[in-house]
Amino acid sequence: MLKINNLHVKLEDEDKQILKGVNLEVEAGKVHAIMGPNGSGKSTLSYVLSGRGGYEVTEGEAHLGDVDLLDIEPEERAAAGLFLAFQYPVEIPGVGNMTFLRTAVNAQRKARGEEEMSAAEFLKVVRAKAKTLKIDAEMLKRPVNVGFSGGEKKRNEILQMAMLEPKMCILDETDSGLDVDAMKLVAEGVNALRDEGRGFLIITHYQRLLDHIKPDYVHIMADGRIIKTGGPELALEIEKNGYADILAEVA
Amino acid sequence: MSAVAETLSVTDERLAGLTLPAGGWSDAARKDAFSRLQSMGLPNRRDEYWKFTRPDTLTQALPVPAAPFVTDEVPLFDAIDRLKIVFVDGVFDAEASDDLSLEGIQIDRLAAADADIHWARDVYGVLEANGQKPVARSLAALNTAFAVDGVLIHVTGAVIKPINMIYLHKSETSDVMLHHVIKVDAGASLTVLETGPAAARLNNVMEVDIADGAAFHHARAQGRDHERRAATHMFARLGAESTFKSFTLTANGVMTRNECIIELTGDNANATVGGACVGDGDFHHDDTVFITHDAVNCESRQVFKKVLRNGATGVFQGKILVKAGAQKTDGYQISQSLLLDGDSQFLAKPELEIYADDVICSHGSTTGAIDETALFYLQSRGVPKAVATDLLTLSFLTEAVEEIEDETLRAEINTRMASWLERRGG
Ligand SMILES: Nc1ncnc2c1ncn2[C@@H]1O[C@H](COP(=O)(O)OP(=O)(O)OP(=O)(O)O)[C@@H](O)[C@H]1O
Ligand SMILES: [Mg+2]
Repeated sequence: MLKINNLHVKLEDEDKQILKGVNLEVEAGKVHAIMGPNGSGKSTLSYVLSGRGGYEVTEGEAHLGDVDLLDIEPEERAAAGLFLAFQYPVEIPGVGNMTFLRTAVNAQRKARGEEEMSAAEFLKVVRAKAKTLKIDAEMLKRPVNVGFSGGEKKRNEILQMAMLEPKMCILDETDSGLDVDAMKLVAEGVNALRDEGRGFLIITHYQRLLDHIKPDYVHIMADGRIIKTGGPELALEIEKNGYADILAEVA
Repeated sequence: MSAVAETLSVTDERLAGLTLPAGGWSDAARKDAFSRLQSMGLPNRRDEYWKFTRPDTLTQALPVPAAPFVTDEVPLFDAIDRLKIVFVDGVFDAEASDDLSLEGIQIDRLAAADADIHWARDVYGVLEANGQKPVARSLAALNTAFAVDGVLIHVTGAVIKPINMIYLHKSETSDVMLHHVIKVDAGASLTVLETGPAAARLNNVMEVDIADGAAFHHARAQGRDHERRAATHMFARLGAESTFKSFTLTANGVMTRNECIIELTGDNANATVGGACVGDGDFHHDDTVFITHDAVNCESRQVFKKVLRNGATGVFQGKILVKAGAQKTDGYQISQSLLLDGDSQFLAKPELEIYADDVICSHGSTTGAIDETALFYLQSRGVPKAVATDLLTLSFLTEAVEEIEDETLRAEINTRMASWLERRGG
C-alpha cells in the first residue's frame, strides 16, 4: 500500500540532510510502528509524505498504491487516501470544527468523484463518531483545536481520521499527552478502523500504546534511516533497555 | 507650485463649475460651509492627512468616468424587511422607493425640504463643522455647501424596520454629492443600511445626532463596482448612554476613502466602528477614523480588517482623542491586514492623544500573510489550497463582522462577504 524507497530529504533552506535513505513498505491490513530517538526524522518522514513545504526530496520515491505521492499537492495526497494525525495539531481561530470537518470530507469526496455528504447525514455521522471518542457537542462547535487541551486535540485528530476513512493512516505521537483513559479511547478509535484494506504507521516513543494497538512490525529509526525492523518484542526491548544497544549494534 | 498655490488652484478649479443652491432653510449652513471650504482648501497630496491616499481624483473638477457596474447578484439585505430609499446617480427616485411614512420616524428629502425643518438646522453642517477641528475635512464642507439631495430623518421612537438607502449607478460620468441628516431623539433607535455603487464619483456625508439613551446602527456595503471613486464622511455626536455602531463591508473600488468622526459628548456612551474589506489589484481603500472622548465612562471600539492581493493598497488612520476630564474612558483600536502576496501593501497610522489620567486605551496594528501551518493542516485534510485560503481569509474578516450587533444583518454580511471573496475581484 505505502511504499517508500530510498528516500533522502534535506531542508529546503539549509544544507541539512534529515532523511538519509528510508526504505519502508506498509501492506494493507497491517500496523507498522516506528520508534526512535528524538530528532531522528520520524516527523519529517510523516510531513514529507503528506506534502508539507520546507523540505526537499533529493533522492528516492514514495507511492501510495499507484499514486506517486511526492509529485502531487497535499490535498491530492489526502484524496488519494493518506492521513496524518499531527504530533502538534494546529489551532485555527475563526474556522469552526464542524465547518472544517465537513469541508474536508466533501472536498475529498468531490476530488474522488463521489457524491457529497448532505448536512443532515454529516451531522448524524459526526455526532455518533464524536460520541465514541467522548468529544462533546460543544467541542465540535468551537474553532478548530482552539482552547482544546492536549488530549482533546489528539482525540480530535482521531475524529478527523474516522470521518475521512483514509486508506493509509500515519499517527505521529498521538499517544503523547494522553491520560490512561484517553489513550484507551484513542486506541479503540484506531482499532475500530483496522481493516483489511487499511494500513497504519504509528510513530511513538512508548510501548504502552502498542499494548492497545498491536503492531505487526516495529521499526527503529535513527539519524534518518531505519536501522532495525522486528516484531512487537522490539518495542518491549527498547522500553527496557533504551536505544544504546541497538545503536551500538549497527554502528 | 507651492503647496498653498496648488491647494488654491485645485479648489478654484473644483468650484468653478459649481453654484451654491439658494433659497432654502439650509442657506446659512451652506454659506458657512463654503467659506470654511475656501479657507481650508481641498486636500492635495502634500497634506499630512492624505499622506497614504492621493486625493486628486476625488477633488478634481470632473470625475474619472466609470462604467456602471452590472451584476446578477440578489441585492444585499433583500431578505430583510426594510424601507427602501432609492437614489439613481444621486437623485431620489420616488417610483423605486417605498412610501416614506413609517411609525416613529419622519423622513424628508433634502431637495424637497423648502419648508423650514427646524430640527435639521441644528444638525445640517453643524456636526460637519465641528469635525473640521483639529483636522480639515474639506471634502465634507464641499458637500455641505453643494449637495442637493439626501434625506433628513427624524426618529422619535423605536422604528420597526431598517431604512435602506440604495444607490444606483447608471451614468458613466455621474458626479454625486449626497447629504443625509439624522436625528435620533432620546430613547429612540434606528438602523440605517447603505448599499449600491452610487456613481462614478460619490461624495457622501451623513450627520447623525444621537440623543441621550438613543441608539443608531449603521451597516454599509460598498462593492463590487470596481471603478468606484468615493469619499464618505460619517459625523456622529453621542449623548449620554447612547449607542453608535457602524460597519462597512467593502470589495473592489479603485479609490475609496471612508472617514468616520465620532464625538462622545455624554457620559456612558458607546461607539463602535468597524470594517472588513477585500481588495484585489488596482484597489485603494482608506479608513480614517477620529474618535473624541469628551465625557466620562465612555467606550469606543475600532475594528478594521483588510485582505489585500495583487497589488491592492489598504490604509488605516485611526485616532482616539481623550479630552481632559474624560475619565474612565475605554478606547480600543485594532487594524489588521492579511496580505495574500508580496505586491500588496497596508499602511497604518494608529494614534492616541490622551489628556485624562484614568483611562484605558489600547491600539494595535498587524500585517501578516496567510498562516502556512494552518494552510497545510487544511490541505492535509483534503481541502484544496484555494478553498483553504478562502476559509482562512473569511475567518480573519469575520472577526470584524462580529461587531455588528444584529444577528440577521451579521449573517447577511457574512454570506455576501463569502460570495464576494469567491468571485475574486471579478
Ligand atoms: N523545518 C525544520 N527546520 C529546521 N530543522 C528541522 C526542520 N524540520 C526538522 N528539522 C530537524 O530535523 C531533525 C529531525 O526532526 P523530526 O521532527 O523529524 O524528529 P523526530 O524523530 O520526529 O523527533 P521527536 O521524537 O522529538 O518528535 C531534527 O534535528 C530537527 O531539528
Ligand atoms: Mg516528531
